[in-house]
Amino acid sequence: MADVVINGVSKFYDSVTALDNVSMTIPDGSFVVLLGPTGAGKTTTLRMVSGLELPGSGEVSIGGQPMRDLSPAERNVAMVFQQYSLYPHLTVRQNLEFPLKSPQLNTPKVEIDRKVANVAEILQISHKLDNKATALSGGEMQRVSIGRALVRNPSVYLMDEPLSSLDAKLRSDLRVELKNIQANSGATLLYVTHDQIEAMTMATHIGVLDKGRLVQYGSPREVYENPVSVYAASRLGQPRINILPADLFSDVPKGAKLIGLRPEQIKQGEGENSHVQRVEHLGDQTRLHLSYKNHDVITVTDAHTNLKEGDVVKVRPNKPFYFDAAGARVS
Amino acid sequence: MSYSVTEPSSRTKWFAGSMVILYAIITLLPLVWIIATGFKSPSDAIAYPPKVVFTPSLEGYVNLFTERTRVTPQMLEEAGEPTKWYDKIVHEQGAVISGKSRYGERFFNSVIIGFGSTLLCMILGTAAAYAFSRFRIPLKDDLLFFILSTRMMPPIAVSIPIFLMFRQLGLNDTHLGMILLYTAVNLSLSVWLLKGFIDEIPIEYEEAALIDGYTRFQAFYKVVLPQAATGIASTAIFCLIFAWNEYAFAVLLTSGTAQTAPPFIPTIIGVGGKDWPAVAAGATIFLVPVMVFTILLRKHLLRGITFGAVRK
Repeated sequence: MADVVINGVSKFYDSVTALDNVSMTIPDGSFVVLLGPTGAGKTTTLRMVSGLELPGSGEVSIGGQPMRDLSPAERNVAMVFQQYSLYPHLTVRQNLEFPLKSPQLNTPKVEIDRKVANVAEILQISHKLDNKATALSGGEMQRVSIGRALVRNPSVYLMDEPLSSLDAKLRSDLRVELKNIQANSGATLLYVTHDQIEAMTMATHIGVLDKGRLVQYGSPREVYENPVSVYAASRLGQPRINILPADLFSDVPKGAKLIGLRPEQIKQGEGENSHVQRVEHLGDQTRLHLSYKNHDVITVTDAHTNLKEGDVVKVRPNKPFYFDAAGARVS
Repeated sequence: MSYSVTEPSSRTKWFAGSMVILYAIITLLPLVWIIATGFKSPSDAIAYPPKVVFTPSLEGYVNLFTERTRVTPQMLEEAGEPTKWYDKIVHEQGAVISGKSRYGERFFNSVIIGFGSTLLCMILGTAAAYAFSRFRIPLKDDLLFFILSTRMMPPIAVSIPIFLMFRQLGLNDTHLGMILLYTAVNLSLSVWLLKGFIDEIPIEYEEAALIDGYTRFQAFYKVVLPQAATGIASTAIFCLIFAWNEYAFAVLLTSGTAQTAPPFIPTIIGVGGKDWPAVAAGATIFLVPVMVFTILLRKHLLRGITFGAVRK
């Protein structure tokens, strides 16, 4: 395992800027999640590290070694793709053996068998080893695909939304599994997702990307509790943070134009009146859709609340975030 | 039996089935006639009204593979009792075998030129199709159209320039010349067909192989080629059928060494006219390799022709 340093990397496709001067250090043994909507540059960052794309400017180094002149094979990275993950003409076993048999690794037969059996065990696909890759269900395919990365001992694992095509149950199972594997092996992992639960539960570091720029990089708690902008604040939290004009409230600091309120930053029972528009009982929690001075506010309340549509609830901000007109944080 | 709006009714199926059978009979009839003629005696072959029931004879096949000399009855008697079955057949015609015919060589030429050009065409075609499919090539669309345009001219329009060119290069009547020519003609078809097949193989597989520790060429060989096998097989069939059956170039550019079977078969002459059973026997044997090749690859061919629809 090794650390990965991305230093001032930019990438342009014709006139489109895919990455704009991105710098980040992925420490050895960390689980870094890149967050952002489609087109933010998450996958491009991954492909830069893998060597499938070369940076327009800037440099990527792994374990202190510059990667510029190294092919993907020579970089010793493992990657899990979002789709088309398995070689369709091979069996599950052959898929898992494929990287081990490469001229780069050229693993002895005994070692291959041991590693494949081991990984198949972890991912619970031992009984499917001799199936054709195309004869698997979507979840099994993705597990084999993760397995193909795990059989190796690369400097860094790269995963591009590996769980996005799976159903909810399998996704949460594999989430736990992946986190365990990473924690036990001390692997360095760079992981792309737009699922904030994956980001919050697995990451040691979160990188928030916006239109090719890295806008915030820190621990999940840091990004959640101390977002640098409206954009970064909106990436995490369910229900999403409420962004309202700051002048709806008193005691607003100078320069603040917007106020950001996560559900836990809304104190209920004090302050000014709001009207309940809708009540959503989700079982473990209840979401309240409020109208506060004609602005929509979504918050969470007691699971067994008796509130109903048309009721009046008093609310006031509790340690909110303030942002300026451009969306940057104001302290 | 499931009923759905897309399921044809039994009457429709019956009608479709009969149409297919009718079509099969119409297409197979000439083939049956040729095969039957090969087993007729020369007089049965030209009998009018045509004979459907006849005594089978191997005379056509024997005549196809032999050169014969007519001899007087005394000489025939002096030659003694024929020892081999084919000697006997020739003796009954009042002749003796004087040597092998050139059909074997011509057939072998067809095999070398047909399969050789198909192989070359597949190697070059796959490489070119892969490049067109994967790399950013300047003027890609124009180049592809240019390649296709070589197919638009009828062979006869270019045959004289090609003849002159081949004479200058010393390629006239050589195996290499014919292989190159058929490859050139088939290459446009194979590049276009194969590009379609390779386009359908997601590039992610190759990227995965690159990261798994393979070079670009190894990725192509281990990941792209096996998945393109269907496309390559069906394209190979089309190329082989063209090269195997080609007549115009062959009759113009070959005469001796490299002559293929198609221009040779019509020149088979018998006693007092065309030896139709021998011609038919030659045509029958000529049909076999392409038929075997197609049957061997028919699984790929079916999947290949409907490509895009079946593959996910």
